[in-house]
Amino acid sequence: MISREEVERTAALAHLTLTDQELEKMTGELASILDAVSSLQEVDTSAVVPTNHAVPLENVMRRDEQKPGLSRDEAVANGPDVVQSFFRVPRIMEEE
Amino acid sequence: MKLHTLEAWSLRDLIRDGSVTSTDIVESFLDQIRARDAEIGAYITVCGEQALEAAKHSDERRREGRTLSDWDGIPAAIKDNISVKGVANTCGSHMLAQYHAPYDAHVVSLLKQAGMPILGKTNMDEFAMGSSTEFSALKTTRNPWDRQKVPGGSSGGSAAAVASHQAPWALGSDTGGSVREPAAFCGLVGIKPTYGRVSRRGLVAFASSLDQIGMLTHSVRDGAALLQLLAGHDELDSTSVRREVPSYESVLGAGASGLRVGLLGGASQQGLQPEIHEALEQAACFLADQGAEIQEHAFPLLDKAIETYYLVATAEASSNLARYDGVRYGLRVEGSDTGEMFRRTRSEGFGPEVKRRIMLGTYALSAGYYEAYYRKAQQVRTMIRDGFLELFEKVDVLLGPTTAASAFGFGEKPDPLQMYLTDIYTVPANLAGLPAIHVPVGLDHGGLPIGLQITASPFAETNALRSAAVLETFARNRGWNR
Amino acid sequence: MIIGLEIHAELSTRSKIFCSCSTAFGGEPNSRCCPVCLGLPGALPLLNETAVEYGILAGLALNCTISVESKFDRKNYFYPDLPKAYQISQYDQPLCRDGWVEFELEQELLHAGVTRVHLEEEAGKSIHSGDNILGSDYSSIDYNRAGIPLIEIVTEPDLRSPAQAKAFLEQLKRTLQYIDVSDCKMEEGSLRCDANISLRPQGGRAFGTKVEIKNLNSFRAVERALDHEVQRQRNVLETGAAVVQDTRAWNEAKGVTVSMRSKEESHDYRYFPEPDLPPLAVNQVWVEELRQSLPEMPLPKRNRIMEQYGLGRYASDFLANSAIWADFFECAAKQYGNYKVLCNWLMGDVSRVLNARQEELPQSRLTPAALVELLRLVDDEIISGSQAKDVLEEVCATGRSSKQVTADLGMEQISDEDELTAMVEEVLAAHPEQAQRCREGEERLVGYFVGQVMKLSRGQANPKRVNALLRQKLQQ
Repeated sequence: MISREEVERTAALAHLTLTDQELEKMTGELASILDAVSSLQEVDTSAVVPTNHAVPLENVMRRDEQKPGLSRDEAVANGPDVVQSFFRVPRIMEEE
Repeated sequence: MKLHTLEAWSLRDLIRDGSVTSTDIVESFLDQIRARDAEIGAYITVCGEQALEAAKHSDERRREGRTLSDWDGIPAAIKDNISVKGVANTCGSHMLAQYHAPYDAHVVSLLKQAGMPILGKTNMDEFAMGSSTEFSALKTTRNPWDRQKVPGGSSGGSAAAVASHQAPWALGSDTGGSVREPAAFCGLVGIKPTYGRVSRRGLVAFASSLDQIGMLTHSVRDGAALLQLLAGHDELDSTSVRREVPSYESVLGAGASGLRVGLLGGASQQGLQPEIHEALEQAACFLADQGAEIQEHAFPLLDKAIETYYLVATAEASSNLARYDGVRYGLRVEGSDTGEMFRRTRSEGFGPEVKRRIMLGTYALSAGYYEAYYRKAQQVRTMIRDGFLELFEKVDVLLGPTTAASAFGFGEKPDPLQMYLTDIYTVPANLAGLPAIHVPVGLDHGGLPIGLQITASPFAETNALRSAAVLETFARNRGWNR
Repeated sequence: MIIGLEIHAELSTRSKIFCSCSTAFGGEPNSRCCPVCLGLPGALPLLNETAVEYGILAGLALNCTISVESKFDRKNYFYPDLPKAYQISQYDQPLCRDGWVEFELEQELLHAGVTRVHLEEEAGKSIHSGDNILGSDYSSIDYNRAGIPLIEIVTEPDLRSPAQAKAFLEQLKRTLQYIDVSDCKMEEGSLRCDANISLRPQGGRAFGTKVEIKNLNSFRAVERALDHEVQRQRNVLETGAAVVQDTRAWNEAKGVTVSMRSKEESHDYRYFPEPDLPPLAVNQVWVEELRQSLPEMPLPKRNRIMEQYGLGRYASDFLANSAIWADFFECAAKQYGNYKVLCNWLMGDVSRVLNARQEELPQSRLTPAALVELLRLVDDEIISGSQAKDVLEEVCATGRSSKQVTADLGMEQISDEDELTAMVEEVLAAHPEQAQRCREGEERLVGYFVGQVMKLSRGQANPKRVNALLRQKLQQ
């Protein structure tokens, strides 16, 4: 059963702020979803390799060649706060 | 002549023998959009001017005998999570309401290279997360068959646009049924190709190992034609497969003779709407009459498909949607420092369903839970995929339902789990990367479309299309008329 | 004390690791970007084959096992310079593992284990408005660097002193430069180092808590920061307190490490396999091909040079420090047998002239053949040693041959017997009194007359020949 603290910790990892009310609701919803998915524990998966790709491929690579990308103006055109073609952000407080 | 009511093939014939121009066709659809879309709400962006401009160029090419393809001048609608250069790409979210893609998705390049005008971008559940298009943050899309019903989702705008003749065909994306379920609710053919068959480049990622671009069309042959245009290797998508594309059109008349068709029994088939159940049995009989060999198989593990799907999809989504942080594009809500700006932007930019899935996915990947949730789900996924591959040694295609019932009403599924269960028949194909096609076969007692799903082994779109064409005949015999 | 290092080196490929944008240093902000390295919605990565090859080469040079199967994973964390809010990296299946590096400190041969070498992508660059990150009102982000290929090299905790850490890092840099996979410019950030250090209290058995030090941007910083940290931890332990697990940043200006006050909980990066990139399967043929292409490594080269050319350790170290200098030397040595003289010229005047010109050897106009020609001119007494220095400068400046320069500057020595005899007679005749004293045995006056002849010949007379002729004449 997921606790309110775990939901808060998860929200912090996902950089989402939840109001008390949202937190309450989210805890209930996640609890019932997690309860439903817990039925997977019934499946014996010992020695089963996890599938990371729906279609198996390997060694997909390109040659080391330069090609033009976006122009500087195109690159920053969608930026919400662009100064002298830099993306500007408010001060950075911590590592994450 | 009402051009907009015709399937793409008929438009192609008309334009080819010179009876109509691309401009006539595009104008006819734009007129229909003006007449119908206020009520239906299929489009987020209509690209009227650009579409007419492209039609004009197409007509010039045709006059000068230098058409780009068989489909030069035939327009299409695009789901709003597939990038078109210079056009808004909202993903149905406040987060990207102002974002304009600076590049074309690979499939959009292919459409443009074929000379096809783009009518506009269609509504969808936010970031393709939903089964009714009710989770679009930008507008409501209504089912053209009954405006009190949802069009399905997440490609609900594309389905509604084609069903209400505001586009001859449309592109959608299918992560867990998002092309096939709205096709079912709107009475269209919906194709989800094999994972890797059509490039994902430029499709905004929801769950990268499950996403696949698909087609919503009036007929199987329209679907085959659009798939033919878009299938193939894209050297810039590492998950795109380098494998020859067969001719899809040529298999459509092959019939059912000798086809091995599997039916799955068991718990997963319980709770079907009686009309769908009945249609499934009749379709099996019809296929047998046409020379198919019908086999019954059990695949009990499919009962776990929905749980597996929701863990894998949300885990990948939590990572794919982390980039919406207010720095480079999209919404920014200012804060006193970067961390606060990130949290405000994301909390205001995402709707409740997206947040719920990001939360579930983040939790499933977090320290202490990864093994029990994410890894476990990927292991069960292996077993599901292996089960399918084993099954496809015995059968060529599987026949089954696409949805348990016809379209539901707005607000009818307020509980997230209930909404998730809508995808119960569609998610297995995504987990295993299989091609699957929805074919409409009739109407239920309420006058809403119902249909069936054909699933085939990886890259056996030919088998799926061939069977779908037979089902189309079956539907016509039952009186289905789009 | 035990020290382990984590080194990041940018690989010198032409294009980025997952897209075709340029990796060149500098450029207008956000001018070397595309949908992939900006993390635009819908963009997909495509792996650069050369980045993989460089990673394998680095692994081989560090004596690693190359993994037959490896894969990419997403490391999820939010930071404004990280465009996708995840870094594509390698988690549980790195490209290379279980290697070692041999290096020397004060002539002692040491070993350090290499745990792993893996590929990942570089982040963008943040420029802060104030003096430091916390004092800034805002920061400006440039993604030109985002997506440059990196290798992360993690060592075993095998290093036992700050000086060892520095010597290890120098050897690592030399090795990566030898195989030409990274330019390793610490000042441009293309080589970076973090260190983990813990002390074992006197008499104690168990090692203490591990402290991580970040931001070590020069070799000097590595040694100084670790020295400082050792002292700081000793001070803590002496008071009877415990060292707290911590991540600290080295402040170069103040010469101290400062706690980054990371949150109590460790990061939860939520690694999972990158669904956009299929796995890598590196077969033996590929590895062997790359192994064949590896050049001789610094230490074996140094030892061979000592033996083959009979040079001392200092001189051999100088040459083997860079493959380019060693190659230059060996190329010249094929045509010139006095290896010591050749090496002395490289260590002395050639280095001095290139430094003054702010040139590197490969960009210089000096070729091994030109240097050999110059040394022959000296040996054949056509020019003097001090003239040769002027000729070298001119050769480096103009690229003309040493002979040509010597002729153009009119520097050929006069060795012609008749011409010299005439000059000797002239000066003896001009100073009869000194000539007489000289004949009577005043030896030092020989030097005086040599000087007079040199003056008369404007420095071009061959002084050895002049000396001999003078003695001959004075004895007559």
